[in-house]
Parts: sequence; structure tokens; C-alpha cells
Amino acid sequence: MLVDIENLRISFTTRTGMFEAVRGVSLKLGTEKLGIVGESGSGKSVTARSLMKLLPDNTQITADRMTFDGIDILNADERAMRAIRGKRAGFILQDPKYSLNPVMTIGRQIAETWRTHKGGGKREAEEASIDLLDQVLIRDPKRVAALYPHEVSGGMGQRIMIAMMLAPDPELLIADEPTSALDATVQAEVLRLMEDLVSRRGMGLILISHDLPLVSHFCDRVMVMYSGLVMETLDASELSKAQHPYTRGLLNCLPSLTHPKERLPVMVRDAAWTEA
Amino acid sequence: MTGAAAMNSNMIVVDKLRVRFGTNEVVKGVSFEVPAGDCFGIVGESGSGKSTILRALSGLNRAWTGRIAFDGADVTPNRDKEFFRKVQMVFQDPYGSLHPRQTIDRILSEPLVVHQMDNVERRISAALTEVALPPTVRFRYPHQLSGGQRQRVAIARALIAEPKILLLDEPTSALDVSVQAEILNLLADLRERLGLTYILVSHNLAVVAHLCSRLGVMLGGDVVEELTSQDLRAGRTTHPHTAELRALSVDLEEAS
Repeated sequence: MLVDIENLRISFTTRTGMFEAVRGVSLKLGTEKLGIVGESGSGKSVTARSLMKLLPDNTQITADRMTFDGIDILNADERAMRAIRGKRAGFILQDPKYSLNPVMTIGRQIAETWRTHKGGGKREAEEASIDLLDQVLIRDPKRVAALYPHEVSGGMGQRIMIAMMLAPDPELLIADEPTSALDATVQAEVLRLMEDLVSRRGMGLILISHDLPLVSHFCDRVMVMYSGLVMETLDASELSKAQHPYTRGLLNCLPSLTHPKERLPVMVRDAAWTEA
Repeated sequence: MTGAAAMNSNMIVVDKLRVRFGTNEVVKGVSFEVPAGDCFGIVGESGSGKSTILRALSGLNRAWTGRIAFDGADVTPNRDKEFFRKVQMVFQDPYGSLHPRQTIDRILSEPLVVHQMDNVERRISAALTEVALPPTVRFRYPHQLSGGQRQRVAIARALIAEPKILLLDEPTSALDVSVQAEILNLLADLRERLGLTYILVSHNLAVVAHLCSRLGVMLGGDVVEELTSQDLRAGRTTHPHTAELRALSVDLEEAS
């Protein structure tokens, strides 16, 4: 089991008191693709970030169990975490514009990552970075390696991020809204690429998004979160058979191209959903 | 001018509109017409020029050539105050389009002061009711509201000067799908009740098809195809780019 989380709780100390963002989430992940779906504030990003201990100081994390490949994350020190972050688990965020170093060429950034995790010479790293750009289907990787991040499009930037995250051959890839800043056409392209690489390398993938149909298209299983709780987990292919009224509500309120609706059904929230 | 009757039925006429940034022409002679009370959609990828058209229409960009007419009257790049009362715009990001240090009351009263309208009190509370916001919202600041509430405020601000035309630039793409449904329903109701004419720019075909009866598909600064939403839904497209966008959209829908 790559990731094993049991009864995860995350709370923040704020000016006005404690706020519990995640209230008892359990999940298990092998070499598969798991989608985490929910509205803003549902706790999906915080859950993923806690796995890498990438949360601010005012955060309290408790869990009955939280392991990454057998390593106890809860009690791991910063040194142990650094050995996991980037090297064994890659993280892709929403906007490549903010994730890439603006004053360093793309080739050098990828080479830096590669050398940090794999060692090796400069020349070797350079060749590896061009090979990685080639793997994420960038035409003319030599030319792109010499460019700065502001000189490439959003879709290309996200593919570069993927190349960089794949450099140390990680076992897990966490992607937090990786395509929300991209066009529909580019979105599909980037997700397809990510899915393909993850399957081919036998990695685990956690894909976080607010877009339920999109996620189910690219994942094996989907976990639906609301107000810090897991509403239900289901096979992506079974999405149309979702039972929970919240999942049904999310699906129903989408306008559809093929099935016109006179009026969009709005979500009627049940207070019982927020009871842990 | 002849054909005045025909012109009156079209609330918005755009003819051979060109917009250039330096040497780069981003809108290359776009023409379309929107009948009064109708909703026209513009779809396309980023950089295709769809938002640029809205900015030229709304008077935010003055460097355009061609012809733009609202309600039968041609407009020049410089607009008078009356124009800004008639045509209002709602932007994508409800976080960026409201003044962070003004209360909702102040935000909504500004258009009334600019246009020297009477009954400020009554108009503000009516505008809040119109967009289904509770009266308590009035003396709050934008950061105290949710994304959906902010977008309602932005719509209330656009409506308060009693416009005839709303220009909507991706009004729901920053919102959760559940909130998107509420805002789309609100926009549909308002158009019906107030007889408004909309132009809706979006990259989401399902959203455009839901709200609009007709749409234009943009690619590289040109409208490559204009079709009805019914034709789009049924797949009766003529341009490969429209077919490609539609296929992507349908593909994702079918997964669920």
C-alpha cells in the first residue's frame, strides 16, 4: 500500500478559534489513480498537502495512521520528509506560472531537479532534461529547454512541471487542480499525458479537482468530499450510479450539451451531511 | 437612414470589427448581430480574441475599427455617460472586480451617484433583492462574502443603473459548479424579467448552450462559425474547430 490514511483530522488555529478543515478522512492508495472531488473549502487540498506535511505552522494534524510506503508521516522529521518530497512523491499545482522559477531557463530547472535527486554530471543532467521534455510530448525539446517560463504557454508550462516532477522517478504523483488554469483542449491533452505516464511507470496518482466528470474520466476511483468529510468513494465507471445525494447534486447541477435542461437544479444541502 | 425598423430589432450590431495591439491583430474583422432580448454566446480558446471583443464593445478598449451599434445607434471609441448606463459588464473574477475597501452599499451606490439617479435607498435594497441577497449583506465588505455572493453583488452593480445590455465575461468559471447553477438560473431569470440582451463569453460550451440561443466560435481572431445552440447540441457543425470543441465537451459528459 503506497498511502494509508486512517481517521485524519486537520485543524487550524485562527484569530477566532479552532477550525477543523478535515474531520476523519480515511483513504488507501496503491498503484492506481484516485480522484478527490469537492467544492472549495471541502478539505480536498488540505488532505493532499498534509501527506507531504506542506501546511502552515498553525495546523494540527492527528490521525490513527498515516503512512507513505510504510513510513510514518505523522512522526517523520523534516529531514525524512525532504527525502520523500519531490524524490518519491511529486506535487503539481494549479498554475505553472507560480511553480516555475521565472529567472531560470526551463532546461536548467529540470536539470537541477534531476541532479538533486539522482546526482550525476552537468552534461548528463542536461541530456536527461531534454529527454524528459521529449517524454511529455514537447516538440523541439532542445529549443524549449533554452526558454524562460514566461516564454511558454500555460499548457506547455504544465507539461514542463510534469517533466520536472517525473525526473526523480517518483512512486506517487499528487496533482492539485493541474488543469484548471488551462483551456479545454489543452486540459484534455495534459490529463491524458499525465494518465499515460502514470500508468506506464506504475505510479500512484492523486488527482484533486472540483470537476467531477473530468476526474472520473481519468481516474480509477473517485472520493467525494464535503465539509471535511468523505461523502462516498466509488469506482469512476460507476459515477452515474452514485448514491449519495451530494454526489448526485454535483452531477445534476451541471449544464449539459447533449441533454438540455430548461432550468438547472440547484444543490439542496442537507445538514446531516456535515455531521461527522 | 433607411431600414431603421430592421435595425431596431437588433440590439447589438457588430460589423467588421478589428482590434490591434501594436502590430498584432487579435480581432480580424468580426461581424455579428444580436436581436433585442436575445443572448449571444462567444466561445473559443484563450487568445482567440473573445474577451477583446467584449472590451471593445464595452468601451474599455478604444483602439478598434469597424462598426459597433447599440439599440440602432452607432458608437464611437469614446462613449458618453448615457452609454455606460445602457451597457454594463460582469467580469470573471468576483474577487478582483469589487473594491476591497468599500462596503457593498458603497459599491452599489457608485453607479447611482455617477448617473445622478434618485431613490438611492430604495434602488440598492431592490437590487439586492433582485439578485436574491439578504439585506444584511449591504453593510458588509467583499471579503466577508462567498464567491457566489460576490458574483451576485457584481451582477447587482451591473443592473442598478437599469441597463439594456449585459456583457458577461466568463461569469461563472471561477465558481463551484453548484454556485454556477445558481448564477446561471439568476441570469436566465433576469433576462426574462427585465428584457435584457446578453453577450456571454465562455470557454464552456454547455454553459453557453444553456443560456444562449446562438453562438459564434472563435479561432485566431476570427469567428469561424456562427450557429444556433440547437445545431451545436445536435452536432450540426460545419467548421472542424467547432466539432473539436464539441467532441471534447461531449466526451467528458459521457463519462458521467
